[in-house]
Amino acid sequence: MPQQSGTQKSPKSNPPKVPLAKTKSRIVFKRVLSSLKPYRGYVFLSIFLAVISVATQLYIPILTGQAIDLMLGIGQVEISGIIPILGTLAITAALSAIIQWLLSLSNNRITYSLSRDLRNRMMGKLQKLPLSYLDSHSSGDLVSRMIADMDTFSDGILMLFTQLFTGVITIAGILGFMLYINATITLVVVVLTPLSLLVAAYIAKRSYQYFQNQSRVRGEQTALINEMIEGQKVVQAFGYEARSQEAFDTINSKLQKITLKSIFYSSITNPATRFVNNMVYAGVGLVGALFAIAGSLSVGQLSIFLNYANQYTKPFNEISGVITELQNALACAARVFELLDEPEEVPEDEHAARLVSDGNITIDHVYFSYTPEQELIRDFNLSVKPGQKIAIVGPTGCGKTTLINLLMRFYDVTKGSISVSGIDIRKVTRASLRSNYGMVLQETWLKAGTIKENIAYGKPDATDEEIVAAAKAAFAHNFIKRMPEGYNTVISEDGGNISQGQKQLLCIARVMICFPPMLILDEATSSIDTRTEMKIQSAFSYLMRGRTSFIVAHRLSTIREADLILVMNQGRIMEQGNHDSLLKSGGFYSKLYYSQFDETPSNS
Amino acid sequence: MLSHLRAYRKESILAPLFKMLEASFDLLVPLIMASIIDYGIAGGHKNYILRQCGILLLLAVIGLSCSITAQYFASKAAVGYATNLRSALFKHIQSLGFSEMDTLGTSTLITRMTSDINQVQNGLNLFLRLFLRSPFIVIGSLFMAFQINSAAALIFVVVIPVLCIAVFGIMLYTLPLYKRVQERLDHILGFTRENLTGARVIRAFGREAHETSRFEDVNRLLCRLQLKVGAISSLMNPVTYIIINIAIIAILYTGAVKVNTGSLQQGDVIALISYMGQILIELVKLANLIIQITKGVACAGRVQAVFQIRSAMDFPNIQSSNYRSESEEAVRFEQVSLTYKGAGENSLEGINFFANHGQVIGIIGGTGSGKSSLVNLIPRFYDATGGMVKIFGKPIKEYSREELRKRVGVVMQKAQLFQGTIRSNLLWGNENATEEALWKALTSAQAADFVRDKQQGLDHIVEQGGRNLSGGQRQRLTIARALVKNPDILILDDSTSALDYATDAALRKALADLTGKMTIFIVSQRTSSIRHADKILVLEDGRLEGSGTHEELLKTCEIYQEIYESQYRKGGE
Repeated sequence: MPQQSGTQKSPKSNPPKVPLAKTKSRIVFKRVLSSLKPYRGYVFLSIFLAVISVATQLYIPILTGQAIDLMLGIGQVEISGIIPILGTLAITAALSAIIQWLLSLSNNRITYSLSRDLRNRMMGKLQKLPLSYLDSHSSGDLVSRMIADMDTFSDGILMLFTQLFTGVITIAGILGFMLYINATITLVVVVLTPLSLLVAAYIAKRSYQYFQNQSRVRGEQTALINEMIEGQKVVQAFGYEARSQEAFDTINSKLQKITLKSIFYSSITNPATRFVNNMVYAGVGLVGALFAIAGSLSVGQLSIFLNYANQYTKPFNEISGVITELQNALACAARVFELLDEPEEVPEDEHAARLVSDGNITIDHVYFSYTPEQELIRDFNLSVKPGQKIAIVGPTGCGKTTLINLLMRFYDVTKGSISVSGIDIRKVTRASLRSNYGMVLQETWLKAGTIKENIAYGKPDATDEEIVAAAKAAFAHNFIKRMPEGYNTVISEDGGNISQGQKQLLCIARVMICFPPMLILDEATSSIDTRTEMKIQSAFSYLMRGRTSFIVAHRLSTIREADLILVMNQGRIMEQGNHDSLLKSGGFYSKLYYSQFDETPSNS
Repeated sequence: MLSHLRAYRKESILAPLFKMLEASFDLLVPLIMASIIDYGIAGGHKNYILRQCGILLLLAVIGLSCSITAQYFASKAAVGYATNLRSALFKHIQSLGFSEMDTLGTSTLITRMTSDINQVQNGLNLFLRLFLRSPFIVIGSLFMAFQINSAAALIFVVVIPVLCIAVFGIMLYTLPLYKRVQERLDHILGFTRENLTGARVIRAFGREAHETSRFEDVNRLLCRLQLKVGAISSLMNPVTYIIINIAIIAILYTGAVKVNTGSLQQGDVIALISYMGQILIELVKLANLIIQITKGVACAGRVQAVFQIRSAMDFPNIQSSNYRSESEEAVRFEQVSLTYKGAGENSLEGINFFANHGQVIGIIGGTGSGKSSLVNLIPRFYDATGGMVKIFGKPIKEYSREELRKRVGVVMQKAQLFQGTIRSNLLWGNENATEEALWKALTSAQAADFVRDKQQGLDHIVEQGGRNLSGGQRQRLTIARALVKNPDILILDDSTSALDYATDAALRKALADLTGKMTIFIVSQRTSSIRHADKILVLEDGRLEGSGTHEELLKTCEIYQEIYESQYRKGGE
């Protein structure tokens, strides 16, 4: 009987992950077990049901054999003896079926609950990880831990319960029953089966190597495909098609060779074990028949042996399959646990106060670096009074985000302190600090959801009137009204249905509704058309009225009007001062200013 | 699409045939065992038993070799087919125009090339191995049962359809449910990605707890559905188990009656039971096979859909001649308009202008004003939907693809480099370029200094997509790559955005020195980049709102003034 129906899980060709070292996989396995603790009851239930399920399944061939032994020949059939056996058989089969189902239910419950729990824990973790972690890890990697790795892991756990457990119990059960009937024939089976294991192990080892090579070559090919298809327009612009086809075909035929090997080798596992199985069958047939002639074995008992011989090798195959899968699953679990073990943000002080800002910000002897080797900010001092505008200026990639990171406490300063309203920001709750800032970045992030939900993101209990008022103040109302569903228009995951400028207007409205006392704004550079940009500017200046603002500035007007200009380059704060004083000092700012605005007398 | 299988016709026929051969040996085994029991044991014929067991071993050996042969042919056909298909698809994708690439999207194409074709390969492999074997064993077992006893075989006649209904019924019922599980999983994936990209905003608004609890809701829904689907699909084993055992009871009972009357022997009953077992195994395999094949066919359909998309453009196949002498003009647009496929509005409308040899043409305007659309018509990446584009006095459609792409060099917004070395990337422009020509191009592109600073110089390794170089370095290399081509017309499509202002200016100066030979189009958002151009085209909403020199436009063109002032003088409030 098949242990697991095919529809539960279709075979996947997962690329083999790097196997873990033995000690490591033991540690991971222990953690898997401990994360199973809430489902201890189900685990014991599963083990219990598996034993009964296997026992009943193995009992049926015995009943069949007994019935056959009552059919000795013409006129020698004890129908009256057979009927009760058939009755028992029916009851056993029914019982076994019910228990098989319950077993699956219990296994599913364990697996899916466990993966739900771990996913939830990972999501909770993501919200608590320091941003330095998120910034230094690709989101693709984190997503794949939460989705693909979790999937492989839960598949592995399911197989552990459905196949490994029942497999081991089946082998033990068969051996027990066989020994009980006839020890010599059992010996034939036991001697021949290691052969099957050897063959399977040999093939598995060979094909594992081929698979590794295959996934390497496939990776190379995928990289090439990615590159060439993403660069297709360049390929065509340069008439490079023939050459790229050539490169592709070279690697394609390399892949063909290695894939043929790996697929072929892995596909002979089944025939080979079937062959061993057939040998065992013939051996049992031979020895059994000889015993039967000698009279020490009945035909019915022989039929039991033949049946068991057919079932006996299958769990071995499955177990070797499961073990590979399980190694995979453990490697994935290790990646999951690794994420869960990442140190979280510095916890908040128990008595952390809720910050209510008056707009005073003091930056006091601040040092900061992302990595110890490269010091970025050195002894930086700044005092900002309520309502002041600070322009941050510098070439693209000058590290303006660093300052935002520190102000919002996405990162902690290495030395020194930043205070708001005279209170060190490390002494207040992060949430309250951040809620005192309104942040509009150039990389506009909106949630997949309606426009309304997005505007009310920072204030979920906002009324419709408040939402519309915020949208109006952000100059977004007009375009929202023109959308097919107005405020209920759903913004798709990538925000494809609205333009970049409109997204930024929505982000402004999102801040507008919260009315924070301090602002961090990122002026648009190039990707927004003039008209929308003007709207954004108007919205910004409305927003900035009376608020302490940090503006990543690109526009001369903003810079000139700023109370203070911070000039940054390569992550460092180079100079600070106002427009005139900075120009006069003739430093980096003046160079930047003249090159940007093309006003050097010598150059025009 | 199946035509790619033609090269593997022999393998595709032999694989299932050998599989069937193996299956027929499998079918013989229960009969032989029955004869051992009924004749060998009953009569005490030890030699007979030895011989029959020898035959069993022989069958096992033959079965093994048949099956390995079959697997080999099947693997060869499937892998070969997938390889050819991939190569053909790659070729096809390269032949598509920009307009088709836009509608398809790169990530779709990459999936088609990789995982879809892999699925097709797996599906085909399984199909060749199993599509004959499993039905053959089912029918063969029935046939064998009839050989043993027709009354007992009737049980098979009833049980086979019932088993089919159970197996395929459960499978068909759960298949759409599994699709929904996948959808929910995709939802979780989207949610996770959103939370990662938006980490800063979420924290800025202090919404971490809310996001986590929303996630838990979504996750709970997934888990609930998984449990439901799991409960239904795990019915398959118990249900088929019950059916099979009912059948075994029926066989035992009929067997008992028949043995009593002498029309059946013990061994026959055992044989019947093992045939029954084989049928179940094969039906489950078949159900699996069908799932795999459905997947494979769906993937094949998606691949096929890409093949069906043909480039709408037709290039004539004429060889080049020197058109340059025939006309003073390098480029002329006559009433050109452009509507992208599937877009409602015109992206360009009624554009008229010309550019003479050696001129520098600046193009400025807001996002979506049609700047890129305009320059994309010059190398004929798209076809104008109205009016006419002429190059060197000749309609653009009269040039062959090679000729056109040789004469027009483009540096795109996205600075795309390819894995290899700096040299190999530059050689894209011209395979036969000399070392000197490469350095000359690098110098003009303001890239010579940093390339010289690299230890390996021109042979410095460029990683995938050029990610080991900075944005500015990449941009300058793409400019150099276009310069190596030494085109008659060079288009810089907003391709200096990552350069600092000084480098940008130096680049423009270097290009101006080259200009004697080259007509240059510079697309930019910055007035500073184009103010010295011989002619500036101002675009707004796909219309040409003004053309002329910087000084002329400042006097005549309101939009140009607006743009200029917003960037330059007092700010545009």
